[in-house]
Amino acid sequence: MSTQLQTRARSLAPGLVPSVARSVWPVVAIVAVAVVLQLFVKPWVGGVDGGDFYNKLAVDILVNVMLAVSLTMVNGFTGQFSIGHAAFMAVGAYTAAGIMYYASFRLYGSPDVHGGRLSTMLTGMEGPLVTGADLLFFGALLAGGLVAALFGYLVGLPSLRLRGDYLAIVTLGFGEIVRVLIQSQTRDVLYDVDEIKAAPVVGLAQLFTAEKSIGEVGWAAWWEQMQGPLWTKLGGALGFSGLPFYTSYFWVTLMCGITLLVAIRMKYSSAGRALLSIREDEIAAEAMGVDTTKYKIRAFVISAFFAGIAGGLFAHTVGVQLNAGELGFVKSFDVIIMVVLGGLGSISGGAIAAAILTVLPEALRDFELSVLQALLGVMGLVAAVGVVRAAWGLIRGRGVSAGAKRLLMIGVGACIAVFVASLIAPAFFGTRFNLGEYRMILYALALILMMIARPKGLLGVKEVWELGRRH
Amino acid sequence: MVDVSNKPTMSEASPPAREVLLSVRGVSKSFGGLKAVQDFGLSLSRGELNGLIGPNGAGKTTVFNLLTGVYTPDAGEVLLAGRSTRGMRPNRIAAAGMARTFQNIRLFGELSVLDNVKLGCHVRVTHSMWAGVLRTGWSRGEERAIADRSMELLRLFELDGRAHEEARSLPYGDQRKLEIARALATDPKVLLLDEPAAGMNPQEKVALRQLIRRVRDEFKVTILLIEHDMGLVMEICERITVLDYGVVIAEGTPAEVQQNPRVIAAYLGTG
Repeated sequence: MSTQLQTRARSLAPGLVPSVARSVWPVVAIVAVAVVLQLFVKPWVGGVDGGDFYNKLAVDILVNVMLAVSLTMVNGFTGQFSIGHAAFMAVGAYTAAGIMYYASFRLYGSPDVHGGRLSTMLTGMEGPLVTGADLLFFGALLAGGLVAALFGYLVGLPSLRLRGDYLAIVTLGFGEIVRVLIQSQTRDVLYDVDEIKAAPVVGLAQLFTAEKSIGEVGWAAWWEQMQGPLWTKLGGALGFSGLPFYTSYFWVTLMCGITLLVAIRMKYSSAGRALLSIREDEIAAEAMGVDTTKYKIRAFVISAFFAGIAGGLFAHTVGVQLNAGELGFVKSFDVIIMVVLGGLGSISGGAIAAAILTVLPEALRDFELSVLQALLGVMGLVAAVGVVRAAWGLIRGRGVSAGAKRLLMIGVGACIAVFVASLIAPAFFGTRFNLGEYRMILYALALILMMIARPKGLLGVKEVWELGRRH
Repeated sequence: MVDVSNKPTMSEASPPAREVLLSVRGVSKSFGGLKAVQDFGLSLSRGELNGLIGPNGAGKTTVFNLLTGVYTPDAGEVLLAGRSTRGMRPNRIAAAGMARTFQNIRLFGELSVLDNVKLGCHVRVTHSMWAGVLRTGWSRGEERAIADRSMELLRLFELDGRAHEEARSLPYGDQRKLEIARALATDPKVLLLDEPAAGMNPQEKVALRQLIRRVRDEFKVTILLIEHDMGLVMEICERITVLDYGVVIAEGTPAEVQQNPRVIAAYLGTG
């Protein structure tokens, strides 16, 4: 009886050639888009006035999209509430950074970029498309992802016993532990080639040959007497500076594309339904044969893997000085806000929200009064839609719907608030001011408004391409 | 549906000759001082349609939770197709062939009606998560088979017209039917229905009666039914077990049970 499904599947499975072709073409397409962006779009944008800024912004957006989509797999799909996502990013970032920095020294004698044209954000560079250093970078990113995945496994274990706010607190604690350990327990980065070449990489031997044991002198003194292998020289509280800027359009597009591809394919597969069923009703999911333990852990591991890769990309971005202090819970909250605003469980929603929330602080930096007035217009529009819906309800004799009432309240309320703000603001700030500093306040307001108007986020559990379908 | 078995139909088979699929012996469960179920025993043969009745709080749903592994019995043994389910998690028991519906409906509300049934097929899927992500030929074949089978099930339950709606938007009666469809998608040997007629109107109940019979005959499943609607139970069940205060007080055909003085006392009180 249980082979009934397989009997049918046998006759429905496509042949080898078409199935391989259809499985692989999106990967080919992602690589092609990445190459085109890198070789043609980047120099073109770079030529425009202020183009470098836009290129940098695009890289930031794609890294944030990766973070949001990877968090969606845990918070959105399985409904586990993890608020330590930045820690996975930090683990991936420091792993990749350590490998890239010290391997570059050992192989090339300096931490400069030795990659080809695919691995640079500089314009007008000559030389080969790909070099051995690019493979090294790829390997470093993967290593970062794998180490992060290992941490994901460890953090996933408590998720088997805890749920809701309890799990949230555990993940928050984990995130802070990772941050504090990196900041306080790692040491200054080495800058001298000879010193780097002489230092051990892992230092396993030292663990056993140290003069005094942990029991005798305690942890801190024992750690201090160690000569310090390379993996502990990650910069500590000062941050990891001097990293080569390998992160390019090519790498972010490739990795972001693969993240999206895996997330989407997973969501529409049998495993994805299993993840979503856990979020909807864990007891029913188990009764239907879903191994909830296995899938919860898997969600954490895969999510951490892609967050780790995003971290590796972040660490090697132009202008970034890697510092664990910036990868604490504030960063985790940034990502959660993206996921919640986009709609828990919606990949495209999370990606869109990530893009908007990356651009927003930049747009707010040079904030003019006219933008406030534009906001007034948008809110007026919301109120107008509420009026129309309310009127329509009255005409059809169904009364004013709850949705229309909410729209009216939000629209009118926000209009008044923005109007008052536009009257008061110039007195304090003049007509041009930096609202970027008030980012968290604006995020909070946006979240509150979203919770009132659309509690399930921008798209709920749906995807952009599902919106047109009849429901 | 595809005919997958050549077993004789119900009217031809003589009860003693049938293979015992579910055998429960001496199962007990206490919650603190409350003895929810004591020394419960039951035997279900292949293709049987039996009832489990009793006043409110008699322990019927607890029995279902014990059978499906939600609770672990304090004592006793549950054998499903000859294998003990002791220590098995609910998902393993489901894989071994036990499916259930819930008294308080537990659908995956935000998923579509179709996805709810597709999830039921999950336990029979042989491709790994990575094959699903890589979209191998075999995973595509299985996904198509799941989609086809799920739509067939929805057609049987007359829910195919609402396949793409959110499960929670369905009317109450349809939600109960969808729970049965989802349970059937797991390809069970034994199907446990927890008050399938609750909240249904008289017409829906008549339709449900036929549907349960049809399910038993077409899918060759063995059904154990908890139900408060005595008309339904007495009409469709072959044998009935009566629980009161966690103890089996009667067992037999509907006619026998109806005349049992202990059953009458349990339901009407001793006057």
